[in-house]
Amino acid sequence: MQSKLNRRGVLAGFAALTVSTGFPAYALDEAGARKLVDTVVAEINKVIEAGKSESATIRDFEKIFSRYADVPTMARYALGADGRSASAGELRAFTDAFQGYLARKYGKQFRDFIGGRIEFESVREIKAGYEIRSTAFLRGQDPVSVSFLVSDRSGSDRLFNIFVEGVNLLLTERTEIGAMLDNRRGDIGQLTKDLRSAG
Amino acid sequence: MSLSSLRHASGRILLALTAALFVSACATTQDVATRSNGINDPYESTNRSIHAFNKGLDKNLVRPVAMGYGAVVPVEIRNTINNFSDNLSTPGYAVNSLLQGDLKSAGISLVRFVMNTTIGIGGLVDAAGELNIPARETDFGETLAVWGSGEGAYIELPVFGPSTQRDTVGLVVDFFTNPLTLSTIDDEPERYVPPTALAASVLNDREKFSRQIDSILYESEDSYAQSRQIYLQNRRFELGNDSASEVDPYEDIYAE
Repeated sequence: MQSKLNRRGVLAGFAALTVSTGFPAYALDEAGARKLVDTVVAEINKVIEAGKSESATIRDFEKIFSRYADVPTMARYALGADGRSASAGELRAFTDAFQGYLARKYGKQFRDFIGGRIEFESVREIKAGYEIRSTAFLRGQDPVSVSFLVSDRSGSDRLFNIFVEGVNLLLTERTEIGAMLDNRRGDIGQLTKDLRSAG
Repeated sequence: MSLSSLRHASGRILLALTAALFVSACATTQDVATRSNGINDPYESTNRSIHAFNKGLDKNLVRPVAMGYGAVVPVEIRNTINNFSDNLSTPGYAVNSLLQGDLKSAGISLVRFVMNTTIGIGGLVDAAGELNIPARETDFGETLAVWGSGEGAYIELPVFGPSTQRDTVGLVVDFFTNPLTLSTIDDEPERYVPPTALAASVLNDREKFSRQIDSILYESEDSYAQSRQIYLQNRRFELGNDSASEVDPYEDIYAE
């Protein structure tokens, strides 16, 4: 009986610890989530308007990405169940390669955004944080629905997913990374190596 | 086309529809067994063969022709043809919105069709769009979804590409209830104008979104899985499914 109580006490302590790290004093609110998205959109617009070469644009984009997105969590999600067997070092190397890969893959499409604008629609609370819904107006195209997902679960306010017309980056990349892993018989080292030149 | 053969044809269509609906009804009951990650794809090996065929078709025919079309024909003319083709689809949007009980969208599609056909010079100009009345695109696949039909299995169709059993039924119904596609059976040359405009607008879209489409088809290590994933996400979004909270990387990590 005594030991049972103790175990319960320890569990309660763990729960309290999780809660205190999960919700820091500066807990993310609607305004904070919106501000983060506004900042990211403004920074991206600046890069597009600067009109540098493709490789310079991609480098700038990678900087924005590493500063405002929760890249380790995104990379870990993209690896899926296969990430469970990876060592901390393997995960770090993969995360780094993944960041560059995403910057190249999506940075290349930025030319399509020249002359476009993003308008805020609404914000709502989701389990991990907030979803900011917006509409992108691109030249010569129908309006596109874009959602930004923001969370502070990493310890600071970070972007962790983007939905474009319902298609979300995390799930799409988990499918792609999963296919790459299958093609390499689950070899994360090889995947990381190849990812550095992919995208 | 004579009346009797038309009746014969519609009888066959009805039969095909009933069969397809039956198949999709069966498929939805086995969803649980074959579903993983929200994808129900029991015909994957057949689908993959068709995907390979579609990819070859794109690589050898559609993509080069679309790029040539984009390079030779000015964008203004291409967009005008797209407007014309879109306008011809608008009565179909109105009918499907009506079938879904969405009177507002049905009204908007009707207004758009009247405006674009008159002041938009027979649909060449999207006059309603200029006045901030955007299109309310829909189809019979969505009507079936509203009526409660399940999505069914994922299917990649030859030429048409990614679909589901429900959307394939929708496609067949839309095709045969559209007077503009049926009228192509007649011999008069002007009957070929709507399908030609449709083909041109498909080429225009292939060119306009070439960066995105190329990335899925030719830069992915599994273009079949990518196009399936992207199609299903986008289609479910169009049909009003809210998936934003389904993917939670934080839950995913800490639950394991």
